[in-house]
Amino acid sequence: MTEIIASILDGLLIGLVYGLASIGLTLIFGVMDVVNLAHGAVISLGMFSLYLLFGAGLHPYLALVPVAVIGFFLGILIYQIAVRRILDGPPLMTLLATFAVSMIIVGIGTAVWSTSPYNVNFKVQTLNILGYTVTSARLIAALAAVLVTFMLYYFLYRTTLGKAVRAVSNNREAAELMGIPSQQILAISFGIGTALAMLSGALIATLFPFTILSGSIYELKSFVASVLGGLGNPTGALFGGVILGLIEGSVAPFIAISWTNVIEFVIFVLILLFFPTGLLGGRK
Amino acid sequence: MKKLWIPLLLALAGMAMAQTVTIGLTVSKTGKYNVESVNQLNGIKLWQKWINDQGGIPVGDKRYKVELKFYDDESKAERVQQLYSRLISQDKVDFLISPYSSGLTAKAAVISEQYGKIMVATGAASDSIFELGYENVYQIYTPASRYLTATLDMIKAADANLKKIAIVYEDSKFAKAVASAAKDYAKEIGFDVALFEGYPPSTTDFGPIINKIKASGAEALVGGGHYADGATFARQLYEQQAPLKMIALLVAPASDEFAQLGEAALGVAAPSQWEPLVKYTPDCGVTPEQFVEMYKEAYGKVPAYRAAGGFAAGLVLQRAIMDAGSLDSAKVRAALDNMDLTIFFGKIKFSTDPASHGLQLGHDMVQIQWQMKDNQLSKEIVWPLDAKTSDLIYPIR
Repeated sequence: MTEIIASILDGLLIGLVYGLASIGLTLIFGVMDVVNLAHGAVISLGMFSLYLLFGAGLHPYLALVPVAVIGFFLGILIYQIAVRRILDGPPLMTLLATFAVSMIIVGIGTAVWSTSPYNVNFKVQTLNILGYTVTSARLIAALAAVLVTFMLYYFLYRTTLGKAVRAVSNNREAAELMGIPSQQILAISFGIGTALAMLSGALIATLFPFTILSGSIYELKSFVASVLGGLGNPTGALFGGVILGLIEGSVAPFIAISWTNVIEFVIFVLILLFFPTGLLGGRK
Repeated sequence: MKKLWIPLLLALAGMAMAQTVTIGLTVSKTGKYNVESVNQLNGIKLWQKWINDQGGIPVGDKRYKVELKFYDDESKAERVQQLYSRLISQDKVDFLISPYSSGLTAKAAVISEQYGKIMVATGAASDSIFELGYENVYQIYTPASRYLTATLDMIKAADANLKKIAIVYEDSKFAKAVASAAKDYAKEIGFDVALFEGYPPSTTDFGPIINKIKASGAEALVGGGHYADGATFARQLYEQQAPLKMIALLVAPASDEFAQLGEAALGVAAPSQWEPLVKYTPDCGVTPEQFVEMYKEAYGKVPAYRAAGGFAAGLVLQRAIMDAGSLDSAKVRAALDNMDLTIFFGKIKFSTDPASHGLQLGHDMVQIQWQMKDNQLSKEIVWPLDAKTSDLIYPIR
């Protein structure tokens, strides 16, 4: 019984981190209808940024702040170079442009770091509750994911800039007519989405060793979590991430681990059959 | 006059061409096998330099310089088949060396067999490639079926009372083959296999598996797969305080990079194809010490077993060509079938049984364990006892 509860709790904690990763993806899609295929590569960059900052002597949790800042500016850069000019073109254009960015990041990353695993080796405390061992890193990563989501919500609903982001997301032309500089808002949104992806990558790097290719695993999970919760809906994405983590955790004790993905995707398809716009509905 | 020079130059060029033997292979310069595969290539290149510095491979009264032709297979099976076909039909290579990993080698083996080209397989330990009746593929590594048997013997020798073990492995061709063979052998020597389970190669969260290991009551764990998953698995076993007296994982702990895990690496053991400290007395080629020195001079670091495997593949092919006294495939094949020698990498002898032709029979594994020496993590040989550099630490936790 302890094993089952432990697995479900593990699933819940890791699910929150999946959720944070998918919020970055869903935010960009929600605001500008761009499916960001550079998402996984950016997650990997978040992992390596944390690794480098940790190597430079910064505590991993303190390093999260500069990682988010780097992510924000990197996002604006990607937007200005690869996305802005083709935003109004066919969806395939932005898909290919972000895929190209992904290939560039992974290519440079492979040249610099190879595909060897790297590890952020810092002292992790463990808590033992009735035979269930949980590491402080897992708890902190989950709490950080929740905290960042709250901060994002505060930003989107309580600040003028956040309201402008939502306005552009709802109707870009109307927002422009109201005097909102949509290009700047779109760039900022891409920056925030990228910062969230890098942040989730950095949190994952506190839990597991990683390679430059690791981001692709979380990219897939982000897509599933986003669609599960409702594309374009940040709460839905977090919720989708938690569902994904819970499925992984709760099926593990009963079946061979290799089957987890199969079960995960069967449940995914079933949920979409009954809730075609995701559990919490689409763009909000 | 000008016209006379051209055929003369062509003839000279032709003579120069005739003095080389071309060996083709693919290398995973990108993709998930990039580290292992490039290490292997380093070993092959070092062999090429070593033999060319001596004037080439002596065949009768001639000497053939070695030329390598290789492409990036991106760690992808479909690339391997295209590129090996190209190496044979367009580049007209004389012999082949396999890519890294059992999966990619299995793909390359199909092509080498179709064209009847000899391929020396290194970095590939799967048995199944050699159960298909192939006549041209020869294995350097100890096969998967014998990969963990010595590890289990070592655990048995350390603790005769230990009964329950868990075998948890990556769902890859190689690890699956190793784990299945280990399961049979474990039962044979009296262990109770409390958990036998695979995990997908992309696994990063081992939490659910570790919970299962704890629930099974296993006292020792053997398994793993390749580097990335093994390193992740070891770190989480340590963080989640899995109560195991012995952990032995494939591949990952045998790499020097494993020390990056810090305390999580401590006590973790691994079977290794070769270690720089091994004491083999070779019948031909270089000694282990000479190889290590040459490698350090060329690449500035101590070689891992994959690099040694690369050098060994070249050396075995060279020896077969010398024994055959010809580059003719049939004669070289006969020389490989009759080969029974010790090189710096260990013993080399191939199965000639049609049911397992080319399977490595001579080579044996050594066991390493990460221990603390002078306040630093150090990889020590702990098994077999006559080759050990340190005593096995048991139990580890």
